[in-house]
Formats: sequence, C-alpha cells, structure tokens
Amino acid sequence: MKPTFPIEDTKDLALMANTIRQDLLKAIHAAGSGHPGGSLGMADIFTILYFHALQHDPKKPLWTKRDRLVLSNGHICPVLYATMAHAGYLSIDEVMTLRKMGSRVQGHPHREEIAGLETSSGPLGSGLSQAAGMAIAAKMDDAGHTVFALTSDGEHQEGNTWEGVMLAGKYQLDNLVQIMDRNYIQIDGNTEDVMPLDPVREKYEAFGWWVTEVDAHNYKQVMNAIDQAKNVKHKPALIVAYTVPGKGVSYMEDQYGWHGKAPSDAELEQALAELQDIRAQIESGTYEY
Amino acid sequence: MYMPINPLVKLSKHWNTPDALEKLGTRDGFGKGLVEAAKKHADIVGLTADLGESTRMHLFAEAFPNRFIQVGVAEQNLVTVASGLAAGGKIPFASGFGAFTPGRNWEQIRTTICYNNQPVQVVGTHTGITVGEDGATHQVLEDIGLMRMLPNMRVIVPADAEQARKATLAMAKNPKPTYLRLGREKFPTFTTKSTPFEIGKADVYYRGSDVTIIAAGPQVYDALMVAVALKGTVAVEVINMHTIKPFDLETVLKSVKKTGAVVTVEDHQIAGGLGGAVAEQLALHLPAPMEFIGVHDAFGESGTAKELLEHFHITQKDIIKAIHCVLARKK
Repeated sequence: MKPTFPIEDTKDLALMANTIRQDLLKAIHAAGSGHPGGSLGMADIFTILYFHALQHDPKKPLWTKRDRLVLSNGHICPVLYATMAHAGYLSIDEVMTLRKMGSRVQGHPHREEIAGLETSSGPLGSGLSQAAGMAIAAKMDDAGHTVFALTSDGEHQEGNTWEGVMLAGKYQLDNLVQIMDRNYIQIDGNTEDVMPLDPVREKYEAFGWWVTEVDAHNYKQVMNAIDQAKNVKHKPALIVAYTVPGKGVSYMEDQYGWHGKAPSDAELEQALAELQDIRAQIESGTYEY
Repeated sequence: MYMPINPLVKLSKHWNTPDALEKLGTRDGFGKGLVEAAKKHADIVGLTADLGESTRMHLFAEAFPNRFIQVGVAEQNLVTVASGLAAGGKIPFASGFGAFTPGRNWEQIRTTICYNNQPVQVVGTHTGITVGEDGATHQVLEDIGLMRMLPNMRVIVPADAEQARKATLAMAKNPKPTYLRLGREKFPTFTTKSTPFEIGKADVYYRGSDVTIIAAGPQVYDALMVAVALKGTVAVEVINMHTIKPFDLETVLKSVKKTGAVVTVEDHQIAGGLGGAVAEQLALHLPAPMEFIGVHDAFGESGTAKELLEHFHITQKDIIKAIHCVLARKK
C-alpha cells in the first residue's frame, strides 16, 4: 500500500508505527547488533513526523522546500530507516541489510548514502547545532520550511548540545523545533543517576525556548504539540517527549540493557508476537494511542 | 640570461630585499579576501567564536552584518552550526584560533563536515610557535596533521598575506571541505597579485639542481633567502607547497628526480605535518635523503616569534645546516 500524506487518522498512524516497530526489530535481529530501545520508543514520533507532520516528498528527496529532519542521536537509525522505507525513500528489503558490508543502510546514518538523510550522525551532541545552522540558513533565505531536531536526553550531557541551545535562543530560531526523546535511560543506567538533567522545562525556558511536554505515545498530544511548536514566534521550540524505551515489547520496556543489543531468535519471535497482539488491539479499538 | 628565480611566479620585484616588502600576517590577507569573495558570492556566510578581530573575520562582519554569525566561545558549535548552514546551501567560513579550531572541535569537523562532505571553510589563525608570548597552549603545532588525515578535507597553508587572499577566493569559488592555516605574526609579502595560485598545485619559486626545499607558510620566504645565500655554491630549488592536501606529487617528483635530496620546512610538528606528508610520498615513489625543519615532538613556550624560531631551529641558518647534512647523505 502506498501511503498518501498526510495521514490524519490516528488509527492508521498507530498501525503504521506498529509495522515500523516490527520491521526495525527484524532489521536489528538480522544485523545481530543495533539499538532497539530508543528506536521502539521513538517509533510513534517518527511515524507522526513522516506520515503526518513533515512537508516532504519522497519522490523528490532534495526538494528545497522540504522540512528538514535532523536525527542527532544517530544510533536510533533503525527507526529512521524503517520509517523512511515505508514513506518511500528506500525499500524495506534494503532496511534488512542494516549494518551489513556494502549496504547503504549504515550502522549510523551516512548522509551521502541515502537521499533524504539530512546529516550523518552518531557522535552525540552535534545535531542540534546543525539543525540551528539549517534554521539560520532558511531564515536568511526567507524559506518557509521547519527544521526538526530529534535529540536524546542522554546527549544533553554533551557541551555541544548546550552551545546549540544558547545559540538557538539568541537567534530566536522560531523555525526550529526540537523533539527530545526523554526516556531516562542511557548506556550505564538511569540518566538521573549518570548525570541529572531535570528540570528540563525550567532549564530550556531560562535559555529563551518555548517548551511543551507530551506523552510520546499519545498521538493527539504529539500532533497538537507539533502544530503549536511550529506556530511559536521569536523562540525556538522544544517538545519534551516522554517515551517508554522499548515501547511495545514487554521485556524491553524501560530496560536500559536494551539500549544497544539485538534480540535472539526466540526474543524476536516473542517481540513480534506481542506487537501482533497490539496490532489486533489497535484494530479492535482496545489499545490506547 | 637564465635566472634561478622562476619568472612565471611573478614575485614582487623587491622579493630579495626583505626590508622593502610589506609585512603582514596571513590572517590579514584572509580578512581582505573574504570580503572580496563575499561581494561575488551571495551564499558566503561568516562565523567566529568570539575572535572577530583576531581572525580578521570582523571585516566581513562589518561589511555583511546579516551574513555573520557570532557563536561565542564555543568551537564545537562553530563548526556544527557551519555544517548546518552548508546543508542549507551556504558557503560558511568559520574562523577561530588553530589551537581550538580544529584543536578542540576535531570530531565535529570529522563527522559533520568531512563525512557529511559539506563545503565548510575552516579557518585557523594563530598557528605555529610564532604566536609567541601566549605560550604553548595557543601555539598549535598539530593542526596540519589533524586535518590532513581526514578524508574529503583540503589543507592550505599560504606563504604570505597575498597568497592567503588568493586562497580565500579560490576556496569560495570551488567550495569543498577545507582547512586554511593562518598566522598572526607579520612576515614579508613577497608574492603579488599576478603570482599564480591554484589549490593543489605546488609552485617552484626558485630553480636549482642540487637540493629541493619544500616549504609551507611564511617559511617559504626563508627558503628563498637561503637559495639566494647559497647561490654559486649549492643550486637550491624551492617549492612553495601551499596545499598540503591534495598533495601535488607531480611537482615534487619532478624536482626530486633532478635534485635527489630534500629539506622540508614548516612551523609545525614534523610528524604529521608537511615533512611527514612529503616523506610518505617519497618513501613510496622516490626514496631520497631528507632532512626536516620543524618542531620535533615538543610543545612551544613563551617568547618572541624570533626567539622561538631560533630556539626550535626554524631559521635560515638551520635550513642551510640541513642542506649540508642532506647533501652529505646524497649518493
């Protein structure tokens, strides 16, 4: 089925996100390594962006008026690849070559491999500043598009992120929307144990940002927040997206151990079965999204 | 009458009278060149990390305030914002002190500029021991090595302010990821508006058949002075290797085939610098005895530029010594 943008029906979006979750897990399983936790946690947001919110055209990936999506924490690229594939940028078969020799679907995204990737990423803390640079360029040219920066909470431990936060505030980049994956986990444990970040809202507001907070798995909330964020004037916008890492797979949810490892054959089988159950619940209207 | 100075390079008519030449830092030529380039190319934008006047970016900022971005003391931000601007269709020139740009933001340059292949022009001033009194923390001696190891990166070290101006124009005209290495200390401006400059094309300034001096930066002028001083005893060939990468192998091989001996000269660590780059190429294509003038695995220290160049043996006297050493090793 070829999707037609934008999808307005949250049920259709939730089904798409469910498919994307299954596909990204298959890809990580086939690769034998990768990052399922953050990828599953952000699947709803990616679906909403690519199938509802973004102004883009997969047939013209370099269309100058496209909204830019900068994924800063590149390790969650399985969700980016799977979403882009379903949107029409590459094939699902190709997503299944994740991390394999000769594949364009690199372990961390490489801009030059796939048209539509805005940047190469993986090293943390650099995406927000690149997005800010894109937003400044768009302002200089009076271009109307929005730059979306997708960041993680953990990478807020990088100084570079805060350098970008300050700059975006200074230049009042109201064409910049940051969505922070606030999942409270990182490789070594809970973010607040490793290096506390809360209170996020107060910190960002002090730097001149407009801030809103959403349940990342509540479609209406996320869609409204993006609409509001795009309409903010004279300030950059931050959507703090409270995500459940590993969302949709019981044994992965909220477990930082699933930040960066592939499921075994049995684990994949269980994960896909659980996601199929959720799919049935979405279809029957008994699942909350 | 045959003159060893190459007439095609059209140096100043006073090139061998240092006192008659205007003394400028290479940063001055960059500042001037950027304003000139920006008049031609509307996509040029300028950024600096609280070093407007120091890097001569202030000239651009004054001429084009709406195309200038002040990022504050934040070198990682400097180059990542520049990468984003390039992604947005701009040609960013991002300037800072070499010790911090590229010294502090190397990984961001690697990933967001080189791997992304975005046409950011990274400009490091205050490079080398000639920074002087500020001491070792600010005397970057590793930047050529840091930058030339990166795929997609070009590395340019202009010999004087006029060449820095031309390099800036050339970078703007054909933008690809580039590192421009500049200095603060004033040195003679001996090239002219008519002196050829092409990125990646080394120039033979002085022709000889006994030994090749390959130099980059203001030390090219020292090499010329040495060639003149030794005229009649040793026939010295001088190559201005203003582009370290891409490496002009053809020009170097042509010279070394003739001379069979090489001295490299630079205000940088020898390991990883110009000396290293030349040695890598000659080891593969045409092994020849080499001597290296530069800093040997050491940090700098406070002093005047002149005192430091003497202390680290980067003077005309040292080049002459190195020539005698290399000639003795020649078969």
